[in-house]
Amino acid sequence: MSNYRIHGATGEWEVVIGLEVHAQVTSNAKLFSGASTEFGAEPNAQVSLVDAAMPGMLPVPNRECIRQAVRTGMAINAQINKWSRFDRKNYFYADLPQGYQISQLYHPLVGEGSIEVTLDEKDPEGSTKTIGIERIHVEQDAGKLMHDQHPTMSYVDLNRSGVALMEIVSRPDMRSPAEAGAYVRKLRTILRYVGSCDGNMEEGSMRADVNVSVRKPGEPFGTRTETKNVNSVRFVMQTIEYEANRQVDVLESGGAIVQETRLFDPDSGTTRSMRSKEDAHDYRYFPDPDLLPLELDDAFLEECRASLPELPDAKRHRYENALGLSAYNAGVLTAEVETARWFEALLAASAKAQDKPESEVAKAAANWLMSELLGALNKLGKNLENSPVSPDAGGELLALVGKGTISGSIAKQVLEKMLETGDGATAIVEREGLKQESDSGAIEAAVAKILADNADKVEQYKAGKEALFGFFVGQTMKAMQGKANPQLVNEILKAKLG
Amino acid sequence: MTELTDLTVAAIRTGVAQGDFTAREVAEAFNANVAAAQDALNAFIVATPEQALAAAERVDAARAAGQPLGKLAGVPIGMKDLFATFDVQTTAASHILEGFRPQYESTVSQKLWDAGAGMLGKLNLDQFAMGSSNETSHFGNVVSPWRRAGDTARLAPGGSSGGSSAAVSARLCPAATGTDTGGSIRQPAAFTGITGIKPTYGRCSRWGIVAFASSLDQAGPMARDVTDCAIMLEAMAGFDPKDSTSLDLPVPEWEAGLNADLSGKVVGIPREYRMDGMDTDVVKSWDDGIAWLRDAGASVVDVSLPHTQYALPAYYIIAPAEASSNLARYDGVRYGLRDLPEGANLQDMYAATRAAGFGDEVKRRILIGTYVLSAGFYDAYYTQAQKVRTLISHDFKSAFSQCDVILAPTTPTAAFALGEKSGDPLEMYLNDVFSVPASLAGLPAMSVPAGLNREGLPLGLQLIGKAFDEQGVLNAGLAIEQRAGFTAKPERWW
Repeated sequence: MSNYRIHGATGEWEVVIGLEVHAQVTSNAKLFSGASTEFGAEPNAQVSLVDAAMPGMLPVPNRECIRQAVRTGMAINAQINKWSRFDRKNYFYADLPQGYQISQLYHPLVGEGSIEVTLDEKDPEGSTKTIGIERIHVEQDAGKLMHDQHPTMSYVDLNRSGVALMEIVSRPDMRSPAEAGAYVRKLRTILRYVGSCDGNMEEGSMRADVNVSVRKPGEPFGTRTETKNVNSVRFVMQTIEYEANRQVDVLESGGAIVQETRLFDPDSGTTRSMRSKEDAHDYRYFPDPDLLPLELDDAFLEECRASLPELPDAKRHRYENALGLSAYNAGVLTAEVETARWFEALLAASAKAQDKPESEVAKAAANWLMSELLGALNKLGKNLENSPVSPDAGGELLALVGKGTISGSIAKQVLEKMLETGDGATAIVEREGLKQESDSGAIEAAVAKILADNADKVEQYKAGKEALFGFFVGQTMKAMQGKANPQLVNEILKAKLG
Repeated sequence: MTELTDLTVAAIRTGVAQGDFTAREVAEAFNANVAAAQDALNAFIVATPEQALAAAERVDAARAAGQPLGKLAGVPIGMKDLFATFDVQTTAASHILEGFRPQYESTVSQKLWDAGAGMLGKLNLDQFAMGSSNETSHFGNVVSPWRRAGDTARLAPGGSSGGSSAAVSARLCPAATGTDTGGSIRQPAAFTGITGIKPTYGRCSRWGIVAFASSLDQAGPMARDVTDCAIMLEAMAGFDPKDSTSLDLPVPEWEAGLNADLSGKVVGIPREYRMDGMDTDVVKSWDDGIAWLRDAGASVVDVSLPHTQYALPAYYIIAPAEASSNLARYDGVRYGLRDLPEGANLQDMYAATRAAGFGDEVKRRILIGTYVLSAGFYDAYYTQAQKVRTLISHDFKSAFSQCDVILAPTTPTAAFALGEKSGDPLEMYLNDVFSVPASLAGLPAMSVPAGLNREGLPLGLQLIGKAFDEQGVLNAGLAIEQRAGFTAKPERWW
């Protein structure tokens, strides 16, 4: 639980946070038209007659968008409403061609659900909290105005007009910027696992309206403000921090919080008033008469359910319980769907190459991925997505270690060569003569020489200075140019040293 | 010999197919009538004689080449200017869309062209289909070709499909498209002595039709007789994946199914439609209709539609509510009129554009609609009206458990004079009292001419059917048509 408090002049204040996250649905076409949704096209290149609200044009729901929203609802264990309806939210703005946004006010597609967030990702054993989700509804995005193209006019780009959004409305269950940040991150992870949203906040695929109020602990909710369109986790946290402190200042200086819509300024990290409740639009919501109620049948729901991937929480538990990974490793490997995918491909390749069950090679794979590969990629300014080493190639390398062909330290060298040349591990080991020496005769000869050359240390060891064992191992490995099988070296040394 | 412009759709089709005359001759004859009547009747906003000729030539060439001909091959028609037509100005009779040339074709008009029809022009209408007299058109009102006996007063052709009704009755086109939201096909058909059917909601695609009230708007044909309506409707109807409210049902062969023998059929007479102080000529035509349907073999029963009196108020909440939202897109940003006063900001542009672009009746309905949807009034008006709508549907369901088709007058009176009601919106709205209930229930309904009143003006009878039973409506209409012997046509004074 969060003990986040604002320390005001009159005592401690608790912050109450609710988030409305707008997530762009991954789909090739818009919610009610066939136009493309790809990011970055020329202005107005992806606009159908429907998106431009030409006279007589009609919306037709895109099945894929509905499917993605339903799958998302299922992923947060939410109630899926088999009967839902689209409403019109009426207001005038130049980026809104129809003069209304088709949304769902009265009967949303997805009802109550929840997600569990871990407050400190670095500490998966740490406290978790369940954040309630009130609803998910589906709606159209608006276009975009460009104010910098003409001295006196604004230009309108309708590429985004009609793109499908899911509005994911949380309960006011969060109590600190950190909780809100963890919630957005977890939500993003789930959306990316499900594949219903790419979670790309920079491109605007995901943005949040941040509702903040403050109260003295134990008192009823205070008046909230809503800060619109905040587009990164960090900005969400900044917004909350700024808003909470601002509200405390207002209240403590005898003022009152006005229910209003505010804007976040990323440059200053502050928020400012956009419009107050008195100026709020009367949106005149009513059921869209161009659309029939959305009725989902069991077969459709079944298909949605069957197509859900293993979700992050389930995956993390499996990594811990079935693969025997540490909680930390399991947490890191499952936080991003790409990482988990990469890890699982690596694991499969490694197990196959060694003809062993995955559970036996999982720890080695996880450790190598997290401590060797990611570090090496990071140095090269790369990541898993553009890694020169494929999961299969990684599996090949792990198998060489697993079978004792090379040692762990040689494996580091091999990885470097792999990243450098793109060649396979086996080929590099062959070419560079890095194969591990498992001939006990050769090792015994080397050991004998080292013990003879270091008679004083042998004496000390035998006198009880057992820490010197490492010294003998190191000397032996050095003599063997690192290629000696470490296990054999250990065994032979132990035998010789008595 | 009969003039080509006196021929029905069926006769033109047959004549062209048999080579009695060419499609081009037909198109030329109607083009000439269109041009000759324009100044007096103002039925068209835009005439497209070259399109009519081009379509006719294609038909003649196809016939010469021995290719199969469409169901409307060689038939030139009028297109209500609510249907988007490719590159031909489409205005909804408004200033705000003046000069707008769609780069798309409405589904219904495309189906008609595919069936071999040609376009004589875009027909005048009440602005955005809001009106019952055609007086709300930005392009001047249509004048009915009909006159009272011994009187030259200019009469309303009805509305909103008043250009369609005037053009068909004046022989400017053998058939026309109409749209009906609360009676906009049936009332003008009744006023001008022609036949018009509004099919079940969803039969005809709304794609490409300028929207008035989405949950009510429905296209349908207007023609001189029942057979022609059946032929036209068959070409216009059909499932359209581009319209979510379109009915995914096969189109019945209504023309082939026409049968005026009503043996075993039961006709319901709604007692609530019989109102105090009703026009005696209207009452008489209704009674005639009952006798004709009996004569055709039907039995007649009284039925009750108890919520009829709430239909009109409910309609005048729901339709404006939807319209207020549907018309928000006319904002001066992307197409149509833009009025940008010096130094204006976005809000100023909206205000100026919409003030200049919409007529008074359209503004009135936008205001009503905005009001009934606004916070604090929504439940009292919109929600309540939707409940009434449900009750009206139930009324019809229960009536149709006792009968197959309902017979009622189409309008409370014959055509009124232009200017007679335009000063009083409420009186104008009352014109829809008999037509609105079927619209609210989404049922097929048609008007057929029943005779002339004492002033020599046509009166229409309305047949309302069960959902999807256009055939039952057409058949009952045909039975009336055969017995009414309505051959009157307006004396040509233009």
